[in-house]
Amino acid sequence: MQIGESIFIAVDVIRSHKMRSFLTLLGVIIGVTAIIGMQSLIDGFQKNLESELEQLGTNVFYVNKYPAIQMGDDEEYRNRKDITLKEAVAIEQYCPSVVQVGPEDGQFGITAKYKDRKTSPTNYLVAAFPAYFPNNGLFVAEGRAITEVDVDNNRQVVVVGINVVEELFPYQDPIGEDIIFDGHRYQVIGVLEEQGSMFGQSQDDILIIPLTTFQKYYGRNRSLTIAVQARSPELMETAQEEVIGVLRTVRKVPLDEPNDFEIFSSETLMETFNDMTRMIRIGAIVIVSFALLVAGIGIMNIMLVSVRERTREIGIRLAIGAKRRDILFQFLVEAILLSNIGGIIGILIGIGISQLVALISPIPSAIPVGMIVIGFVFCSLVGLIFGVYPANKASKMDPIEALRYE
Amino acid sequence: MLIDLKGIVKDYQVGLEKVHALCTIDLQINKGEYVAIMGPSGSGKSTLMNILGCLDTPTAGIYKLNNAQVSTMNDDELAEIRNREIGFVFQTFNLLPRATALHNVELPLIYNGTPAAQRREMAEKSLEKVGLKDRMNHRPNELSGGQRQRVAIARALVNNPSIILADEPTGNLDTRTGDEIMEICEDLHDAGNTIILVTHEEYIAEHSDRIIRLRDGMVERDEAA
Ligand SMILES: Nc1ncnc2c1ncn2[C@@H]1O[C@H](COP(=O)(O)OP(=O)(O)OP(=O)(O)O)[C@@H](O)[C@H]1O
Ligand SMILES: [Mg+2]
Repeated sequence: MQIGESIFIAVDVIRSHKMRSFLTLLGVIIGVTAIIGMQSLIDGFQKNLESELEQLGTNVFYVNKYPAIQMGDDEEYRNRKDITLKEAVAIEQYCPSVVQVGPEDGQFGITAKYKDRKTSPTNYLVAAFPAYFPNNGLFVAEGRAITEVDVDNNRQVVVVGINVVEELFPYQDPIGEDIIFDGHRYQVIGVLEEQGSMFGQSQDDILIIPLTTFQKYYGRNRSLTIAVQARSPELMETAQEEVIGVLRTVRKVPLDEPNDFEIFSSETLMETFNDMTRMIRIGAIVIVSFALLVAGIGIMNIMLVSVRERTREIGIRLAIGAKRRDILFQFLVEAILLSNIGGIIGILIGIGISQLVALISPIPSAIPVGMIVIGFVFCSLVGLIFGVYPANKASKMDPIEALRYE
Repeated sequence: MLIDLKGIVKDYQVGLEKVHALCTIDLQINKGEYVAIMGPSGSGKSTLMNILGCLDTPTAGIYKLNNAQVSTMNDDELAEIRNREIGFVFQTFNLLPRATALHNVELPLIYNGTPAAQRREMAEKSLEKVGLKDRMNHRPNELSGGQRQRVAIARALVNNPSIILADEPTGNLDTRTGDEIMEICEDLHDAGNTIILVTHEEYIAEHSDRIIRLRDGMVERDEAA
């Protein structure tokens, strides 16, 4: 038989039982909605992260006491020795593949004041070396960046993000003015170009001061992050090996012990993130598989009802010359179509929800093309697998008994 | 010879008992004949029609249709025969309720892969023969009993079958409408079709050339009308 007739019948049957079909499809819809929605959020997150990481130089990596993405207990990391300025100096001195190092520290939740104006308490205070600017792809729009001289002399100077300027200096040029935070006075020497936001966190709520000045007020015994710039992207691995060697020596790590510090680059960050989301993805697929299994049983049930209700129709078709495989095919198409209608609805709702989430929250979203294809394949499989039994039952009917069925 | 039955037996197992619906029917029907089958209720008329229509297979005996051995065919071959050689008309019409008259008539053609355009043309022509071309987009529940039976006849005709089998085609119709259906049958017979029809009414049987009377699953009498 032609597939046209099968689809025609299937659409007609589904249309004439809208409510019943819809209820049957709820399981499919929910399952597909869940996976598509989650997937588009993860994809969006990943795309966002990728574009952010691209800004970090491809020849920069970081040394830190803690891993970039941390799962579970941090006791193991907390007991490590702090990363110190001394180690940054050692890296710069003893690693031939390293161009420059940028030890940095930071503090969240800073409120800055200028005369009677105040910023919101959301600023991130960065304590940096001059290398901080190129390493993070930051450009100064006005004034100048932090220099070696600022660092060497513990100068009370600050480079501010555009949001700080908007809050404190709506009508005047900030350069040369003094602002106050945490009880100390700093002269504004530069304003950064607008950065936008990353994961909903504005990158323009920022204050950058020399690391030495920071240590004077916020303490010297805090662990630093050291940004290390390799001589070229090709030398990344060599530079990392050199840094590991130097740090193990300086930190006196015994030969048979693992590193007591972490090294990560944009590449390894991406890998870590992917590892993490892979787990989430696999978990989601497992859960959704169960949802679809339940949905499939629902489809099988409704198809069995449908076969029984249409016994006479099956008899008529057999009597006028339909072959058993025609009947089998007809009911299979119906089951697959039913399941895929649920799939389409689920995909649309899933995308809709993720777009909505992206709209009202900082979480980004993307349309997960791969997952949509997988969604369709899954739905077709569910329809096929759970349609086989009812369709087979229909095709095995005795024409005379089917015609006599009331 | 179109139909050749030799020693056809049909038994049904009901519980522990065996019901002999047909016992050793021998029967020959030629092309172009108009045959009426009569007999009391339960005499085996429908059982015989179902076997003739390849909807059912005999327990024993040989059925040759156009010299082809039907009794040994598999399901697919039987479906093919039902589709091409046989046009069945039922007492209860047996139309698809949600399909239009045209679609109902097209159905046999759909199952033998006739292209859509040709299908439509053949179905329209068939509906024209039973005088229902103007109702082809109506559904069965929008048609009278007689019109429904005419749609069923159009469906039986659409493939130009060797035989038209009608099991009490007027059983659900009043006398006037029944007469209309009989007129159509007569026209079809005049056009050269072979018709086998089951009826309880003598006046309907009189339209035929030959009356076969069954009793207890056996041929009681076989005579010209
Ligand atoms: N599926 C079946 N199972 C058991 N017995 C059956 C079955 N079909 C028919 N029979 C029996 O076979 C015999 C012949 O039945 P059939 O339907 O051929 O009679 P009929 O001549 O068509 O009667 P009617 O005029 O009432 O339609 C009856 O005794 C009936 O009970
Ligand atoms: Mg009968």
